[in-house]
Amino acid sequence: MMTQDQIALDERPAGAGLSHLLDVDALGADQITAILDAARTFQQLAARPIKKVPTLRGRTVCNLFFEDSTRTRVSFEIAAKRLSADVLNFSAKGSSVSKGESLKDTALTLQAMGVDAIVVRHHAAGAPHQLTRWVDAHVLNAGDGRHQHPTQALLDLFTIREHFGQLDGLHVAVIGDVLHSRVARSLVQGLRTMSAGVTVVGPPTLLPLAVGQWDVDVSHDLDPVLGKADVVYLLRVQHERMSEQFIPSVREYARLWGMDGRRLRRLSEHAVIMHPGPMNRGVELTADVADAPNALIARQVANGVAVRMSCLYLMLGGERA
Amino acid sequence: MTSARADDAAPSAPSRTVLDADAIRRAVRRMAHEILERHAGAADLVLMGVHTRGVPLARRLAHDVAQIEQATVPVGALDVALYRDDYARIGPRPLERTHFPVDTEGRTVVLVDDVLYTGRTVRAAMEAVIAEGRPAAIELAVLVDRGHRELPVRADYVGKNLPTSAGEVVRVRLEEHDGVDAVSIERP
Repeated sequence: MMTQDQIALDERPAGAGLSHLLDVDALGADQITAILDAARTFQQLAARPIKKVPTLRGRTVCNLFFEDSTRTRVSFEIAAKRLSADVLNFSAKGSSVSKGESLKDTALTLQAMGVDAIVVRHHAAGAPHQLTRWVDAHVLNAGDGRHQHPTQALLDLFTIREHFGQLDGLHVAVIGDVLHSRVARSLVQGLRTMSAGVTVVGPPTLLPLAVGQWDVDVSHDLDPVLGKADVVYLLRVQHERMSEQFIPSVREYARLWGMDGRRLRRLSEHAVIMHPGPMNRGVELTADVADAPNALIARQVANGVAVRMSCLYLMLGGERA
Repeated sequence: MTSARADDAAPSAPSRTVLDADAIRRAVRRMAHEILERHAGAADLVLMGVHTRGVPLARRLAHDVAQIEQATVPVGALDVALYRDDYARIGPRPLERTHFPVDTEGRTVVLVDDVLYTGRTVRAAMEAVIAEGRPAAIELAVLVDRGHRELPVRADYVGKNLPTSAGEVVRVRLEEHDGVDAVSIERP
């Protein structure tokens, strides 16, 4: 017999029933679209007098951060709170316990406390995946080593789609330290899944060897790429890379790979600038580029909350199989 | 909602049409008259259609009110998915756009939906309206009341009372969504 429940199940969005969010590669175009579509509703909610909805009442979300990241943690925290979840922040930095053991112990503690979702950032690639073996909770990867940062990629896709109305057929130049960037890995996968073209731009020392298998164009010269890009996505330079001698100097990096006023004028008229933050002004981009009208950097931050609400909404509902 | 989509019904399912296009048109027209009668006009009213089929019904009511009294009633749309009590059990639903055309403070909000059944959608809709502001009153207009309430909810304006068994599905089709106006009872 058909019941009301079965009708509701029929209408479930494609992103529903996702147990974990570990890796953008695991998401199909229909799931990404469902996440971005729901995020639009959560974005509208942010403009209302009461920004909070009761949807996740009674659920507990734990932010488990083994690396510092105030902006990502705060974004996840606001997202969960606006959905009425209880939020606890567990900062594991500075733990004297050996890392692998401490992750497992922490996981088992959270499991015993009955948390429903764990948002985890860890310096080791694969740590969120490891976590899923120890806990029943939904696991959301908030950045693991050089591996993945899926919600950053999703908020970037949302921001691009919001601006251009679509992703299909756009061309995105991803510029800088791709080798060490989990943001780049996740974003490039997401863009390809959504049928956007990508050119990865950077010095050979900062591009992964496997970039040849990424289904993207590769350029070691920024200027020829500028004219055809709809989106110029600047990756953050992590200063510790300087000491590791991946780049000769900050000044040379800025000269070869940085966006400045001169390069800004070479972009096509409709092109936009994006950056995952935090920015190094004067390195990846000059101050006038960061504040240019076609820089979407503030939109990215604002959209982060809506996209994270969308992920929590689509993942945490319903009974676990 | 309680109404099933067109592809939910097996082709062999016995189906009985209870309202055709003319009957729906007359029912909506009568509800528009009743709303105007109760409020002695259309001032300070807002019609909020509950997604999906409440939205075109709210537009039709506003259209009829305009014809009867030459008055314009603002029409909005309400998605109640984030306020439902079955999220933990059933899971997420697709989210539609919620739009309040005016500030509801001091106005009477008339919720408009196609089928009134358990009352749970209406409860969620009331919460969604109150989250936006504090209206003077909230009323409810439905095209079909099929009974089986699980909450203390009743409609102020009813197009048709339709006694049903819980095993039956009331299917509302509207021109704007389904290409045809019809209400039928199906026994899957």
